[in-house]
Amino acid sequence: MAVCVAVIAKENYPLYIRSVPTQNELKFHYTVHTSLDVVEEKVSAVGKALPDQRELYLGLLYPTEDYKVYGYVTNSKVKFVIVVDSSNTSLRDNEIRSMFRKLHSSFTDVMCNPFYNPGDTIQSKSFDSIVSAMMVQSS
Amino acid sequence: MDNSVCNVGHTSMADEALFQFLHNEVIQYVNTTESGETENGRCVSKLENMGFRVGQGLIERFTKDTARFKDELDVMKFICKDFWTCVFKKQIDNLRTNHQGIYVLQDNKFRLLTQLSAGKQYLENAPKYLAFTCGLVRGALSNLGVKSIVTAEVSVMPACKFQVMIQKM
Repeated sequence: MAVCVAVIAKENYPLYIRSVPTQNELKFHYTVHTSLDVVEEKVSAVGKALPDQRELYLGLLYPTEDYKVYGYVTNSKVKFVIVVDSSNTSLRDNEIRSMFRKLHSSFTDVMCNPFYNPGDTIQSKSFDSIVSAMMVQSS
Repeated sequence: MDNSVCNVGHTSMADEALFQFLHNEVIQYVNTTESGETENGRCVSKLENMGFRVGQGLIERFTKDTARFKDELDVMKFICKDFWTCVFKKQIDNLRTNHQGIYVLQDNKFRLLTQLSAGKQYLENAPKYLAFTCGLVRGALSNLGVKSIVTAEVSVMPACKFQVMIQKM
């Protein structure tokens, strides 16, 4: 399903980024980096716009030729970005949403871990395995 | 404090007592390691820092399924209602603001003070029992992107006022 999963801190530096090993890693770093502008735009629109846009899930940020980029921002302004292969047309919005939910609960567990320092890069094994599961489903 | 604290419907009295006992013990412990007159300030700031980290973690959990906040006041209301109910089993009794970044949260029966005598005798010990909560609020706010200074004030025993000063960036 996912080809790249990234967690970006409040201050816009990466806490966690992982992509499928077969492809050019740097390209995904660029894709995720670019997506942050769209995230910023969508989040700042909240408040002025309709109440239903107050959801944490931001939906499709932008499509490129090969990939679709989805975004999610927690209340603590931590961003999650998932990059999906465009060829995977069977993937529904609800599935993406549930992927983000899973990612968010796992991230919450990381935050509540007393050995984790907020703002450090994420090195949790259980978080890793959640992300792996999302990537395995794809192949 | 785990996730179950959040489920107000399922809480038992035991939960409540455990939190209070633990809180009291933490204060005792910090107090003995930092003994002496001049160390009192250090004791308070240590407790405050503990609260800060706990607040950061807690708010991450509590806001997992809530909609995005509209503004600062929305955040403060969440702290007064949901956050306070989850931690202290009651809401803040009164929230006041000057709309310029100062909020006063008044709790008429603050749970961590209810076990202390209502008289004037322990009034000087009160700051130690409020430091953790100050940190809790500051941590929660900071994780929601609101930088603040939180101070507490007691005049009559179980009642307590928390003043939140928002720091504009």
